[in-house]
Amino acid sequence: MTTIDELFVRTRAENRAALVGYLPAGFPSKELSIKAIEAMVEGGVDLVEVGLPYSDPVMDGPTIQAAADQALRAGTRTTDVIDVVRASAATGAPTVVMTYWNPVERFGVNRFAEALADAGGAGLITPDLIPDEAAEWIAASEQYGLDRIFLVAPSSTDARLAMTADAASGFVYATAVMGVTGAREQTSSLGPELVARLRQVTDKPVGVGLGVSNGDQAREVAAFADAVIVGSALVRCLLDAEDESAGLEAIRRLAQDLRAGVERTQIT
Amino acid sequence: MYAQPDPTGHFGRFGGRFMPEALIAPLDELDRAWTDAKADPVFVAELDRMLREYANVPSPLYEAHRFSEAAGARILLKREDLNHTGAHKIRNVIGQALLAKRIGKPRAIAETGAGQHGVASATACAYLDLECVVYMGELDTQRQALNVARMKMLGAEVVPVTTGSRTLKDAINEALRDWVASVDTTSYLFGTAAGPHPFPSMVRDLTRGIGDEARAQVLELAGALPDAAVACVGGGSNAIGLFTAFIDDADVRLVGIEAGGDGVETGRHAATITGGDVGVLHGARSFLLQDEDGQTIESHSISAGLDYPGVGPEHSFLADTGRASYVPATDAAAMSAFDLLCKTEGIIPAIESAHALAGALELAKELGPDSTILVNLSGRGDKDVHTAAEYFGLIDEPVVLEQGVEE
Repeated sequence: MTTIDELFVRTRAENRAALVGYLPAGFPSKELSIKAIEAMVEGGVDLVEVGLPYSDPVMDGPTIQAAADQALRAGTRTTDVIDVVRASAATGAPTVVMTYWNPVERFGVNRFAEALADAGGAGLITPDLIPDEAAEWIAASEQYGLDRIFLVAPSSTDARLAMTADAASGFVYATAVMGVTGAREQTSSLGPELVARLRQVTDKPVGVGLGVSNGDQAREVAAFADAVIVGSALVRCLLDAEDESAGLEAIRRLAQDLRAGVERTQIT
Repeated sequence: MYAQPDPTGHFGRFGGRFMPEALIAPLDELDRAWTDAKADPVFVAELDRMLREYANVPSPLYEAHRFSEAAGARILLKREDLNHTGAHKIRNVIGQALLAKRIGKPRAIAETGAGQHGVASATACAYLDLECVVYMGELDTQRQALNVARMKMLGAEVVPVTTGSRTLKDAINEALRDWVASVDTTSYLFGTAAGPHPFPSMVRDLTRGIGDEARAQVLELAGALPDAAVACVGGGSNAIGLFTAFIDDADVRLVGIEAGGDGVETGRHAATITGGDVGVLHGARSFLLQDEDGQTIESHSISAGLDYPGVGPEHSFLADTGRASYVPATDAAAMSAFDLLCKTEGIIPAIESAHALAGALELAKELGPDSTILVNLSGRGDKDVHTAAEYFGLIDEPVVLEQGVEE
């Protein structure tokens, strides 16, 4: 049983959804990205996604693009991402890396898996790697005991949902909208439908992401998903903050709000 | 018999689909639609008619006597510069736009670097009554203001892309972001033989007329196949269009000329196969320019249309198997060949195509006076007049309206 499996056993026992928070490594600096992760875990994030900043992030909207850009300009290297994973895992929250595929392939798939496992990382989320192309990663993940979180989308056929869920471990990442990452005013009606279709083909936990930015939306999603995934809204806290401590405080407070949402309780 | 790619879109270890899952089902649909369309005689006849009546295809083969004399070998030019919109690009775009009509999607998007694929897309969309949105790096919209105006005249919306390096690769990123949100109603008219399956093979199918025509034309003119077929390679659509007809002709050397910029050794170039490594960019495994961490490196070339850090996966495969070879031509070599063609033949080539001419001049030295070299003159140079005039010191005011073409 991996740390992610254990997390979902716990959250299911607590009758709540897990809260997954994304922040890119190296944004706005390596040290601050670590502090920001610590703040969101303190605020109630159960599982951390550390973003690996990439030059061509085709799945990301303007917020995460801007953060990745800044992280790269600050000189963030793949080895820095591994350091951030180590610090994140030290908080006790299971930590995965969210990355486009080329940086992993360039680092060496086995070497990356080994470094990630050594840092206490739990797995990888791969937005542009589908199981069809993932033979090398699947083998490496098995060798190093890492989870493989593949994505599904509203456009996925039933056959692809089944195939992808079968290849995934830890949880299945359901993108609730057809589009890129970023906060949206309304959560999509496509989310519940997609999760219902997934439940027909898998009993693996399902995390839902894309567009969730506050506790109310988190509560809506927690009604049908095992995990609620939040990215851009957390990044926004740092982009918009006047100074370091204000940014960290905003992250902590957003995490608390989101956590109340995934606990499916009403704040009074 | 050469038969690539495999059913999953792989050319050996290259190609494939490294794309968000959200686009996989649409790519599968596109693959099926294209497979059906190219087997449908009605569709094929309609496309042929449009290319013939509207795009001025087939393009002629032209024996460049005076250029040959200067080169020291018999040089035959495939005159894609005479096509409507001035380059081979129209073949690809008419095909993809006609497929979009057949599928019934009313909106089309495209990326463009210098603007030539954008202009061709706007042209085809006007011709076939599709809504057209072109993504173009903000830097390129400034450098290529005249092509922006052309696209607008043709009814297209041009969206400047302000992210990343604000050039072609970022325009592709932004077009993909649009597509993932709009794929139910929108076709992506991809500009080169790269990207995720089925784009590399579909674009090849649509441009292969270049080589099919040229092969027959050379046989008729010379009574034998050429010793070599030469084309410039950015993403690689004109080169794959030329090479495909000759792949099974083992005696015909296939030579792709990459943009050597200031020289591959300087690091300022766009010679992806010569100076890059294998990786994944824009949906396919292929050669690309990347740093130690796999971040894409910006390319450099005097030719805006070759200024791309990636290359189509089939070229990587042909390089890997040795069936084709890929060599760089520097900015200086390309501009020297540009000048020579202007002065000996009265033809102003696109700077992209001038790279192929430079490669042919080198090859002529090696193959000697009895050899025949087929060169794809992929585009005309009207759009490059300002760049060339500046390069040769014929004007001294700063660039106001500079244009370019994708290879």
